[in-house]
Amino acid sequence: MTILRPPVSMFAEALERKFGSAVSRSAEDLYLIEQPEILPSICEFVFWELECPFAGLIVEESEQWELYYVFLLPNCGWANFLLRLPLTTRNVPSISSRVHAADWYEREAEDLFGLYFEEHPRLGDFILHDQVWQEGIAPMRKGFDAAAMHFEKRPQRDWRPTLVVRDPGAFAMPVGPVYEGGAGESIHFLLETVGEDVIRAVPRLFYNYRGVEKIAEGKSVDGVLLLSERFSAKSAFAHSLGYCLAVEEICGVGVPSRAAHLRVLLAELERLRHHAGVIDAICQSTGLSVSEAHAAIIEEQLLRASCEFTGHRYLFGLNTPGGLRRDFENGAVKVLLAAVDAASTQLARLEERLRFSSSFLDRLEDVGIVSPESSRDLNLVGPVGRASGLRRDLRRSLPYCGYGQYEFDVPSEIEGDGYARLRVLFAEARQSARLIHQASERLESGPVCAGLETTAGTAMGAVEAPIGAALHWVRLDHQGRIERYRILSPSFRNWLGLHVAVEDFAFQDFPIILATFGLSAAECDR
Amino acid sequence: MSFWPWHGLRRGIQSTRYPDAPDTAAGISPGRPLPTEFASAQQAAEAASICPVGAITAVGNRVEVDLRTCVWCQRCRFGANPLRWDLGFEWSRSVSDSRLPGAFARSLHLMIVDAGDCGACLHEVKQLNNPLYNMHRLGFFLTATPRSADVLVVVGPVSENMRGPLLKTYDAMPDPKRVLAAGTCAISGGVFGRTFMSAGGVGSVLPVDLEIPGDPPPPLAILHGLLVVTGRMHAAEVL
Repeated sequence: MTILRPPVSMFAEALERKFGSAVSRSAEDLYLIEQPEILPSICEFVFWELECPFAGLIVEESEQWELYYVFLLPNCGWANFLLRLPLTTRNVPSISSRVHAADWYEREAEDLFGLYFEEHPRLGDFILHDQVWQEGIAPMRKGFDAAAMHFEKRPQRDWRPTLVVRDPGAFAMPVGPVYEGGAGESIHFLLETVGEDVIRAVPRLFYNYRGVEKIAEGKSVDGVLLLSERFSAKSAFAHSLGYCLAVEEICGVGVPSRAAHLRVLLAELERLRHHAGVIDAICQSTGLSVSEAHAAIIEEQLLRASCEFTGHRYLFGLNTPGGLRRDFENGAVKVLLAAVDAASTQLARLEERLRFSSSFLDRLEDVGIVSPESSRDLNLVGPVGRASGLRRDLRRSLPYCGYGQYEFDVPSEIEGDGYARLRVLFAEARQSARLIHQASERLESGPVCAGLETTAGTAMGAVEAPIGAALHWVRLDHQGRIERYRILSPSFRNWLGLHVAVEDFAFQDFPIILATFGLSAAECDR
Repeated sequence: MSFWPWHGLRRGIQSTRYPDAPDTAAGISPGRPLPTEFASAQQAAEAASICPVGAITAVGNRVEVDLRTCVWCQRCRFGANPLRWDLGFEWSRSVSDSRLPGAFARSLHLMIVDAGDCGACLHEVKQLNNPLYNMHRLGFFLTATPRSADVLVVVGPVSENMRGPLLKTYDAMPDPKRVLAAGTCAISGGVFGRTFMSAGGVGSVLPVDLEIPGDPPPPLAILHGLLVVTGRMHAAEVL
C-alpha cells in the first residue's frame, strides 16, 4: 500500500502565507520563530488549522534558552519550532490555552528549568512536590549538580491540594500514593465529588521521578542505554530502540537487515506481552476472576517465552546503537513462534468469552468515554487514542526498522469507551502476532550489529511503544557524551487525558477506567 | 453468557509445586552470574571489564560478582569471556538475622511500596498472585493497609518524592515487622545511583532485613525471600 505524502514544502508555504517573515525555515524540519509574542498564534495555527499533532516541548540551555515546540506532520516527518530567548529572561509566552496538549509540558518546564509561562493558569507543584521541595530549585539547569545531596530543603509542610468544586456537601476523596491492594504504582488521585459521580479528577504524578534526563547528562552513549531500558520496564525494548535510533541517526549508521527484522520481532513480542498484561488488569478491575486468571497465565507464558528466547523476561540488554547485542538461532525463533501462537490462540478464546459476558460488558460499555474531539484536543496516543478515532501509528506514518515493508492493520474504533479500548488491545495483539511471523520469515543470515563511531549532533528517535508514540531526543557532544537526553513518553500524554474519561462517571467505575487506559507512572515520571 | 466457573475448573491446577518440589520450567528465571575461574589473570580482567556497572571484579584469574549492583545486562553471559551462569532463583540474602516468630510462617501479609520503581520489580511481585505461582497456597497475602501488614516489600531506589510516604507506611505497620528490598535499585540504587532524586537504595532510609537481588528478581526469587523471612527456608550462603 502506498501512502500519499503531502510534501513538506506545502506546510512551509502555508506558514509563510500566514505569518510572512515572522517564521523562517532554517533547516529541513526546523523553523525559527523571530518574535516570541507570535509563538501562541503559530502553534494554534499549526495544531488546529494544519492539523498537526503536538508532540512535546524540548527545552535546552546553551548560551541562550532554546525551546523546541515539536509538531508531527501527518506522514512526512517533523516540524520543530525553535524559540530562542536570552538566558536572563524567565518569561515565555504560554501556548496552553490554545493548544491544550501543551499544558503539562509547560508545567514541567516551569518546575525543572525555572521558566515562567505567562498566563498559564496552574504552575508549580508538578514534578517537584511542594511538601518536599521549595520553589526556586531548577534541577535541569546546567549549574545544578545532580550528585549534590546536601542542599537546603525548605518544603511547604502545610501543603494542601487546591479544591475547585464548592458546593454544600462537596468533598474530595484522596487516593494514593500507596493505595492498591495488589501492586499499584505510586500515584495520587484527588477525586472531587458531591456524592456518587466524580466531578473532577486530578492525578498527581511524579512520585517516581528519578531525574533520568538529568543524570543522563555527561554520561557515555552506553551508560544512557542502560537508563533508557530501565526507566520504564514494561516497554523497555521500545524505549531503548527509540534511543538507539536517535544515536544511529546522529552517527549515520545503517542497521544490518537481520538486526532490523529481529528488532521488529522483539518489539512486537513486547507489545503482545504488554497488551496481555493490560487485558489482565482490565479483567481484574471488573472482578471477573476466572478471566483474570486466564489472562495472567497468558502474560506469564509470554514472559517465560521472552526469557527462554533472550535470557531476560523484560527484554533488557538486547538493543545497542548499531543493531543488537547478540544473534539468535533459528531453532530458538521456532520455539518462540510456537509460544506466540499458543498465546494468540488463548487470547482469541478469552476475547470470545468476554464478548459474551454481559456482566463484564456492562462495566465497560459507555463507561469512561473520550470523544474524538477531546482525544484530538489533548493529543492522546496509542491504543487510547486509536479507540477514540485517532488512527495514528508511527509504524505507519514514519516507518522505522523496515516497518514499511510489513503488512499489518492499525485497528481503531470510534466509540472511545472502555470496551472500545479493550477491542483495540485485542486487535493490536493479533496484529503483533502477525508481525512476529512476518519478521521471522524475513530473517536472512548476516551480522546483527554495525560498528559505530560517535559524532556530535542531534536527532530524534521515534518509535511506537506499546502505550503509544515515544520520542527520544538525543544531543551528543564532540567527546561522544550525552549533552541532552529528552524523553517524550506516551504515558505523559495519556495521563493528561485521563480526567476526561473519569469525570461524570461514578466512583466505582474509576478503577476500571484507569485499567482500560493501561498507563504507566514510571514511564510518565522518568 | 459464558460459563466462567466451568472454564476455570476445566484448566485444572496450574500452580508450581515449589518449594515442595523444584521448579525447572523454562524461562521462570533469568538466572545469575557466578564467580568464575579463568585460564589467566588477563582473561579474568577482560571478563571483568565488560561489566558497565563495575559489579564484576577480577582477583587473580578468578572473577567475583557483586549481585547487589548487577543490573542483569547479560553482557558477561553472552560476551567473549562468558561467566558461569546459574539458572536457579534461590539467591535472596539475609542482612539481619532476625526471623519473624513462628506464628507468621503460614500467615503473612505483605505491603508493597513502589518507591520509584520502573515497573518490572513491581510487576514480578504482582505475578506471585497469578495462578502459576499462587502465593496464597503458602499463606502469603497482599494487603492494602499498613495496619495489617507484617512485611514491607520495597521496590525502587527510593525517589525523593516517595521518601515521606514510604516512612509513613513503615511507621504505620505494627511490630514485629520486616523490610524486604526487592531488586537491584532497592538494594543499591542500581543505574539511578545516589542523586538529588534517588536515595540510592532502601538501606539509607529504613533498616533492611532481607535483600533480593535481580533486575528484576523473578517471582520465585521473591517467593524464596518470603520463605526465608518466615524461617521456612535458608538464605543463600554465598553471593
